[in-house]
Amino acid sequence: MSGIAVSTTINGDDVEFLCQAEETLLDVLRDRLGLTGAKEGCGTGDCGACSVIVDGRLVCSCLVLGAEAEGRSIETIEGMADGEKLHPLQEKFLEHAALQCGVCTPGFLMAAKDLLTRNPDPTEEEIRFALAGNLCRCTGYDKIVRAVQDAATVMKGA
Amino acid sequence: MGFDQSYSARKFKSVGTRPLRPDGVDKVTGRARYGADFNMPGQLVGRVLRSPHAHARIRGIDTSKAEALKGVKAVITAADLPDHTEGDSELYNILDNCMARSKAFYDGHAVAAVAAVDAATARKALKLIEVDYEVLPHVTDVDEAMKPGAPQLHESSNMANRSEYGHGDVDAGFNQAEVIVERTYKTEQTHQGYIEPHACVASVNGDGTGDLWVCTQGHFVYRQVCASLLGMDVSKLRVTSSEIGGGFGGKTHVWAEPVALALSRKAGRPVKLVMTRDEVFRASGPTSATSIDVKIGATREGKITAASATLRYTCGPYVGMWAELGAMTAFAPYDLENVKTVGFEVLVNRPKVAAYRAPSAPMAAFAVESAVDELARKIGMDPVEFRIANVASEGTKSSYGPVYGPIGIGPTLEAVRDHPHMKAPLGENQGRGMACGFWFNFGGQTCTDLNIGADGTVTIAVGTVDVGGSRASLSLVAAEELGIPYEQVKAVVADTSTLGYNDMTDGSRGTFSSSMATISAARNAITVMRERAAQMWDIPVGDVVWEEGHAKAKGEKHGNLPPLSVKEIAEKAGNTGGPIAGHSEIVADGAGVSFATHICDIEVDPQTGATRVVRYTVVQDAGKAVHPTYVEGQYQGGAAQGIGWALNEEYIYGKDGRLQNPGFLDYRIPVCSDLPMIDTQILEIPNPNHPYGIRGVGETSIVPPLAAIANAVSNAVGVRMTHIPMSPPRILASLEAEKGA
Repeated sequence: MSGIAVSTTINGDDVEFLCQAEETLLDVLRDRLGLTGAKEGCGTGDCGACSVIVDGRLVCSCLVLGAEAEGRSIETIEGMADGEKLHPLQEKFLEHAALQCGVCTPGFLMAAKDLLTRNPDPTEEEIRFALAGNLCRCTGYDKIVRAVQDAATVMKGA
Repeated sequence: MGFDQSYSARKFKSVGTRPLRPDGVDKVTGRARYGADFNMPGQLVGRVLRSPHAHARIRGIDTSKAEALKGVKAVITAADLPDHTEGDSELYNILDNCMARSKAFYDGHAVAAVAAVDAATARKALKLIEVDYEVLPHVTDVDEAMKPGAPQLHESSNMANRSEYGHGDVDAGFNQAEVIVERTYKTEQTHQGYIEPHACVASVNGDGTGDLWVCTQGHFVYRQVCASLLGMDVSKLRVTSSEIGGGFGGKTHVWAEPVALALSRKAGRPVKLVMTRDEVFRASGPTSATSIDVKIGATREGKITAASATLRYTCGPYVGMWAELGAMTAFAPYDLENVKTVGFEVLVNRPKVAAYRAPSAPMAAFAVESAVDELARKIGMDPVEFRIANVASEGTKSSYGPVYGPIGIGPTLEAVRDHPHMKAPLGENQGRGMACGFWFNFGGQTCTDLNIGADGTVTIAVGTVDVGGSRASLSLVAAEELGIPYEQVKAVVADTSTLGYNDMTDGSRGTFSSSMATISAARNAITVMRERAAQMWDIPVGDVVWEEGHAKAKGEKHGNLPPLSVKEIAEKAGNTGGPIAGHSEIVADGAGVSFATHICDIEVDPQTGATRVVRYTVVQDAGKAVHPTYVEGQYQGGAAQGIGWALNEEYIYGKDGRLQNPGFLDYRIPVCSDLPMIDTQILEIPNPNHPYGIRGVGETSIVPPLAAIANAVSNAVGVRMTHIPMSPPRILASLEAEKGA
């Protein structure tokens, strides 16, 4: 069975893969490339657990086709830390216990990173609306919002 | 040797601190492996065919075309899951729910399944399976299902079970009452809404052994149920619990796991089966829809003289214990002379009801706490003071039978009365509400191994799945008991082949019971280390004490012996008797009951019926908060789920009996912008039956919100809300009805 040949960049590395036309970027990341950090919570773009950043834009990877990755630059949760050094958002999520089960966490971290790139000094309301596309069922969001606020403060100082 | 589980006051060093969790880095870097993140060589993709009908007899299933499709390796129906249940009706119902045998009982009921080389082939194969259905009349509403002449699911009545609790004489009590409130309340069906769909990889070998990797709240229970259904020896099936992406009770029941095992057995290859979100909604979870009558009478001075409730809970197609749990919990916060509750378990053409965080208690509390609030208002008393005047305390005979030990309901009410939130001014169109909640908390069978490494660091292998940070809590407890730093302890969840049986992580029992087993295991390890130290020193073991993580020789005669650390003892283990470990197998009795009181402010737009949560406060007794940040997290998470239930979430069925909103777009759980910060206050009334005073904390927080929010909305709009969820159309309808009245 033939596939579509795709050349792309993932977390700074050149990556090539073959995929079928109907495969989503999420399918490709998880099943072909072994990058299982992005999760499938719904497959319909409603939960945000599969969030990745494509060419600087936050997307649900379940709504993007694998073939659309051609020539793009993709950031996933696996590329967020710098080796052993965690990103300030990752550190603050741990410190504030902004995760319980943790399955939504990669998506929240990508969405929060996207927010702080666009808006380094968000208000609580801006944080809440920026993260409204990501569902968390464990935390009630309180500690997530505080973690993002704290990370923003740290990143501004850096 | 008996384990002394009684509470003794102590000054904690580790317990009560807030260190980072051991599984944290994996979870923020995407490395943690959940149910769907595991793969095996040669694995196939499993898919389930589900009934599109709410109620239908299955006259026949033709799988030949699907079997003939290239790439299909197995197709199964109920015939491939022969009945090994030997008259165990509970087990039979699980089997029938996993794969319909003669009738499909709800939209989404599994009727067949395939295993194929890839997802596309599996999907194609499902379309080639021909099911000959005889569509039958259906019923989905709880009250309709109880009416004479309603479509019947089984040969006997839809009223599958009746339970009754209480004491005293309610008729006499109502005769003494000067003020009575009597109303009927309804709540709609909700789903636990965990973000991770059910997922597993099953591998059954020709020699009768098997492996199951699965997201579950209880891998030992899954092993037992799956092995029984498949006719396997329990010990030949190894179940490994993956990281779990939320459960809230919904992952205490098997769903597709036996199907995956049966597919693997037939195909002779591993099978990965992951539910879609649509399947999660249509065929797993949910909680009961209910209809509840409450009657409460009191004197004008504010003393409740009698209280009664009739609770009707849907259970789906199979009898559960849902109405009974509602009947037990309904009046638990109060000291009542005359109380009676009757629960009816009602069969309907909806998915089998599963536990959902303090199962059944939120609906009962919604009805009772709404009536209590209305009664206080009628008498002219403050709702908090009215509750305090009738509150249960140590020595009270509870409405469900047992006499309470030290409990926290009074203290939570007093904390709420004195909380600044109660005095904060309200804005226009805003109302304030408060309500109480109760949950039993469970204990159960628990087993922990504590192994001491050659360098003095410690591993604890526990059998309760970590759903929200319990590995951190249990490491804190082990560190506390051994007297060593938290950083020297690592907790792991062991699989079913490497540790003794453990009940599930349910009933708020994970940290309660595993901490008890951990303390017991640590004490056993300390006994061993004292013996080893005695040997190293060549003195009687009776002269060795364990203090601050060290063996110390007591008495003048040993004055010159420097204390031995865990490391120093462990280094010599090879010469003093071998590896050092402590084991513990217990039934963790004595789970202390749990109470909470919540306050909330809600703003209602009178034009649209839209609501906004303005402020929310949770006050709950934790016994002892092992990791206070995680305790707060449980309080906040339960409150948020309760808010969703109260204001938005519901299963909507069409006239055809099909679920109309099986997705997160139309079944809308609260998002970040829907909620304010959720304030928490932890009270610590020690549980006398736990060495550290710990009580379970996970579930009670979902019990008060439905009523607290209903009371707030009712106060905001001046109309009593009696139907959950209070979605905008329902609020508007209530306002219109009031205008028309």
